[in-house]
Amino acid sequence: MADIKGTQLIHEYLRHNKKFPHVFCSGCGHGIVLGSLIRSIHGLGLSKDDVCIVAGIGCSGRLAAYVDFNTVHTCHGRALTFATGIKMAKPGMHVIVVMGDGDSMAIGGNHLIHAARRNIGVTALILNNNIYGMTGGQCSPTTPAGANTQTTPMGQMEQSFDCVELCTAAGANFVARGSVFHVKRLDSMIMEGIKNPGFGVVEIMTPCFTQYGRKNGFKSPVEMFHALKKNVVKRERFDEIPEADRGEKVPSGIFVQKDTPGLEEKFYEMAARCQGGK
Amino acid sequence: MARPKKKKNKEIFALGNEAVVEGALLAGCDFYAGYPITPSSEIMEIMAQRLPRIPNGSFVQMEDEIGGLGAVIGASLAGRKALTATSGPGFSLMQEHIGYGCITETPLVIVNVMRGGPSTGLPTSPAQGDVQQARWGTHGDHSIIVLSASNVQECLEMTIEAFNLAEKYRTPVILLIDEITAHTREKITIPNEAEFEVFNRTLPTMPPEWYKPYEETVRGVPPMPAIGSGYRFHVTGLTHDVNGFPTSRPDEVRELNERLFRKIDQFLHDVQIVEEIDTEDAEVAVIAYGTVARSAELAVKQARDLGVKAGLLKLKTLFPYPRKATEKLMYRAKTIIVPEMNMGQISREVKRVNNGQVSVRTINKVDGQIITPAEILKVLTRV
Repeated sequence: MADIKGTQLIHEYLRHNKKFPHVFCSGCGHGIVLGSLIRSIHGLGLSKDDVCIVAGIGCSGRLAAYVDFNTVHTCHGRALTFATGIKMAKPGMHVIVVMGDGDSMAIGGNHLIHAARRNIGVTALILNNNIYGMTGGQCSPTTPAGANTQTTPMGQMEQSFDCVELCTAAGANFVARGSVFHVKRLDSMIMEGIKNPGFGVVEIMTPCFTQYGRKNGFKSPVEMFHALKKNVVKRERFDEIPEADRGEKVPSGIFVQKDTPGLEEKFYEMAARCQGGK
Repeated sequence: MARPKKKKNKEIFALGNEAVVEGALLAGCDFYAGYPITPSSEIMEIMAQRLPRIPNGSFVQMEDEIGGLGAVIGASLAGRKALTATSGPGFSLMQEHIGYGCITETPLVIVNVMRGGPSTGLPTSPAQGDVQQARWGTHGDHSIIVLSASNVQECLEMTIEAFNLAEKYRTPVILLIDEITAHTREKITIPNEAEFEVFNRTLPTMPPEWYKPYEETVRGVPPMPAIGSGYRFHVTGLTHDVNGFPTSRPDEVRELNERLFRKIDQFLHDVQIVEEIDTEDAEVAVIAYGTVARSAELAVKQARDLGVKAGLLKLKTLFPYPRKATEKLMYRAKTIIVPEMNMGQISREVKRVNNGQVSVRTINKVDGQIITPAEILKVLTRV
């Protein structure tokens, strides 16, 4: 593909017959993820026909409609099940799943851990904004303790999920965490994730000013991006920080990278043996 | 000169669940995803054996029935003919995705081997309690096709039929069988290729840039390309316009919702399959489906021997409910008997058709046992 740069590149991959404007609020990080995803796919030189974007429900779910690939906008929490079917049916397809934190870890939590255990060859991007944005700002499984949300007006009392540890424990082949502030690193993580065989997860920290920031002491979306800059640190640096000083800091980078073949590869290898042996 | 040998049809001794697999494979099914549940598990087990042995066949065991149907829809969008099988509790979990299948017009087949309910109920006993759930279980107004089978041979035939209707009308099709038929072993004939028709979804013929995924057609069923075939389009569970993108414009919303009904309703003659036994002069008629239809068939024969002008309307399509066939029966019959292993789910439909011309008697049994021919005969001879 010709070397095209900046917004030109984005336009190459957007659907022009789709009724824009998009649904994202000002200050939302989802558009940055969309840009990063497009750059990654372009960078890998994948054909549009060979990419399938499967999205769940929520703000992140709307991402699929805007891009000119094969796109499926599924039910809440179920995106990975559809993706499993598509990958098993078309193993050559690059299946990329876009989900939110509530989508993937609350209603779809079971599908997430089993997709990781099964090691199906899809790449999941989990856009973690610590809140249910589209439904109006309710507490999600990654809302930090003490946070004020519509359903925890006195502060969140439950523990929150650590997406990276959850997916690592469930056996995912590739686990990474990035943020929409560190875009270059995010681009390379998504590229690595797509290239890696088996199940991959990239957790992407993204701010939701409208539903989370305003209620939790942030004066502007810019402040939230500053917080990301401060709190999302490279895992090597994170390990050096004494535990007492870590505070709200989270490690980022690639945590797991294995090359175990995906379920679809193993299945078709077995099927070839069955058919050849007859 | 030797006469050319007539190729004899293959005959096998099979369970109802095995016959479902045979039917599915004959219809071109090449994908199965699901979750084990009694009394449907044999379908999944045999599929796990058979699918890797056919070219392009694939099989995956999911974490629950929600995942099972999700994977089936994904595979169907990717161009496969996909099947899942379950029973009551799993069928309840699937309802969300049945609606998704309806609005995205994804062809797929769900076999529900009915067991006693509600809830975990009677896992190894038969019932017919999921009939109205199959019709109305998923939320939102929608149209759907529900079939049933009353013996092992019909399990095979109706599974082929289910795939054909799913592909022809781009809709989920539910095949209801019950525990008895699923676990009955009898001799069945595998039809030769020439003896049945296999229908595949219509593919678009226009170039990709002209393709509109949900455009109106003469049949009301838009052509459907597979994911990855060069036609890049958007599939969504949101109400969408002809291009497949979300809309809330009343005219576009109405157009979609009405077409989803119309595409099936204008072909009722093709969709509604019934079998009439001794109905021409029947004064008292039985309307039955599933294993109960088998009891009813014997009861009608015995009643004829006793001089009662009895007949049977066996429903193979449950929804859209065969209204015309029922009305035809009501021209002559004075009494209609509806035996069911539930408290009256199809009799509800019969009563809706009735208009008060005939008396509708029901036989309801919910003890996990089949309705016997004797029980039907008793009512047949008394009316």
